Amino acid sequence: MSAAPVVLLNARAVARTISRMADEILERNDGHERLMLVGIQRRGVQIAERLADVIKEREGADVPRGALDITLYRDDLQTVGPRPVVGQTHLPGALEGKVVVIVDDVLFTGRTIRAALDELADFGRPARIMLAVLIDRGGRELPIHADVIGQKVTVPPGGRVDVFVPSLDHRDEVVMVGGAT
Amino acid sequence: MSLLGKDLIGLAGLSREQITTILDVAEPLREISERTIKKVPTLRGMTVVNLFFEPSTRTRISFEFAEKRMSADTVNVAASASSISKGETLVDTARNLEAMRIDMVVVRHGSSGAARFLAERIKSNVINAGDGTHEHPTQGLLDLLTLRQRFGSLEGRRVCIVGDVLHSRVARSNIWGLKALGADVAVCGPRSLLPNAIDEMGVTVFNRVEAAIEWAEALNVLRLQLERMQAGYIPSLREYNRVFGVTSARLKAAPRELLILHPGPMNRGVEIDSDVADGPHSVILDQVTNGVAIRMAVLYLLAGNKAALADVAKGGAA
Repeated sequence: MSAAPVVLLNARAVARTISRMADEILERNDGHERLMLVGIQRRGVQIAERLADVIKEREGADVPRGALDITLYRDDLQTVGPRPVVGQTHLPGALEGKVVVIVDDVLFTGRTIRAALDELADFGRPARIMLAVLIDRGGRELPIHADVIGQKVTVPPGGRVDVFVPSLDHRDEVVMVGGAT
Repeated sequence: MSLLGKDLIGLAGLSREQITTILDVAEPLREISERTIKKVPTLRGMTVVNLFFEPSTRTRISFEFAEKRMSADTVNVAASASSISKGETLVDTARNLEAMRIDMVVVRHGSSGAARFLAERIKSNVINAGDGTHEHPTQGLLDLLTLRQRFGSLEGRRVCIVGDVLHSRVARSNIWGLKALGADVAVCGPRSLLPNAIDEMGVTVFNRVEAAIEWAEALNVLRLQLERMQAGYIPSLREYNRVFGVTSARLKAAPRELLILHPGPMNRGVEIDSDVADGPHSVILDQVTNGVAIRMAVLYLLAGNKAALADVAKGGAA
């Protein structure tokens, strides 16, 4: 249980991975024109920012960006109780005709994404919704999959993947903690 | 583990952290009311009863909007149109409702202490929507949120409550909440409308509204309940306006711009002049908007906190 933390991605690897993810998003959508990047609070928002920066380098255009806080759409209020931190939800415009790319740091059970899909549906009907995640750690409890994946990792039982971003954590790396490696 | 426990009875006894958390949760919830579909599914399947033994428009509607925007099912019970008018007691009414499997009760009652009395006797979460002259915690919270939005922090800010402090549950909730967040609090009004023990609440007392205006950065102007005049607390409404009315002439003499709050409903020309109520420094309509967000936050933070768990939480927090 107390294996030493393993660095999965260092700062340079995170930058490379995000560049590749941005390219993949552009490739699959034949450019940036219809894109809207929506990060899930909080670290998904930071990763969406960085994807938008790369897209701007490549295409010379700003992609509209939004943030989703899914706290009020969780399915565990009755079992876990209310969480005392609720973040801001902000979408930059109408979703109609857009390809919305949901961005999150780690994809695990899929329940967060289920909540995000429900929340997006309350705002409108995009042409398409895609999912981009920096880390796919497996362990799905719902039939949800990511379209663009930074890295797939297998996490041993009891283990955890932590994504650190510079603006919130003053660190830029992805670390696996706990569990036998 | 729960932040508030089972009920919200008053702001007295809540910590700075508890109050700050409620305000922090309310802040992002304002956005929901700006959506085309003004609804989140958070309280789906929960039943909330609004049990109002006193007339209320703003507070009841605000709670009802909050409940509906959180997807709770709501039932309104007004005292005049129910068995309460046939003499049923508060507890019997609530227990009967509870037998129909409800989750929360929002209660307004003319007797101070009614909300706590009820909370101790039923399993459902109880939110005090005003009990006698005791407390009106969600009004206090929405006033705090409105002030915090303008001031950033309430620490060291000077807020004066003007008017009928003696009969005002709004004043009491404000005093406890403002003090918990570190504000300097004063009250101003005719001596006959200030509680005798006001000094023990740790507030400054102004006998002249001019002095209060010179000192304060924000005024929370209370409604003068017109029936107070018949009871002999004040000589006349005109006299009250002449001596204690918040007028633009008085505000012009102030050394700084003052924020103006009023819990409503207003008696224009009595405790507040129309040009002040509608003026650029009035945040009265912000208070109303914030009221819905505050009530959504309280509903959310109490949801799921069952009676048994709440007792454990209370023991752990104390």
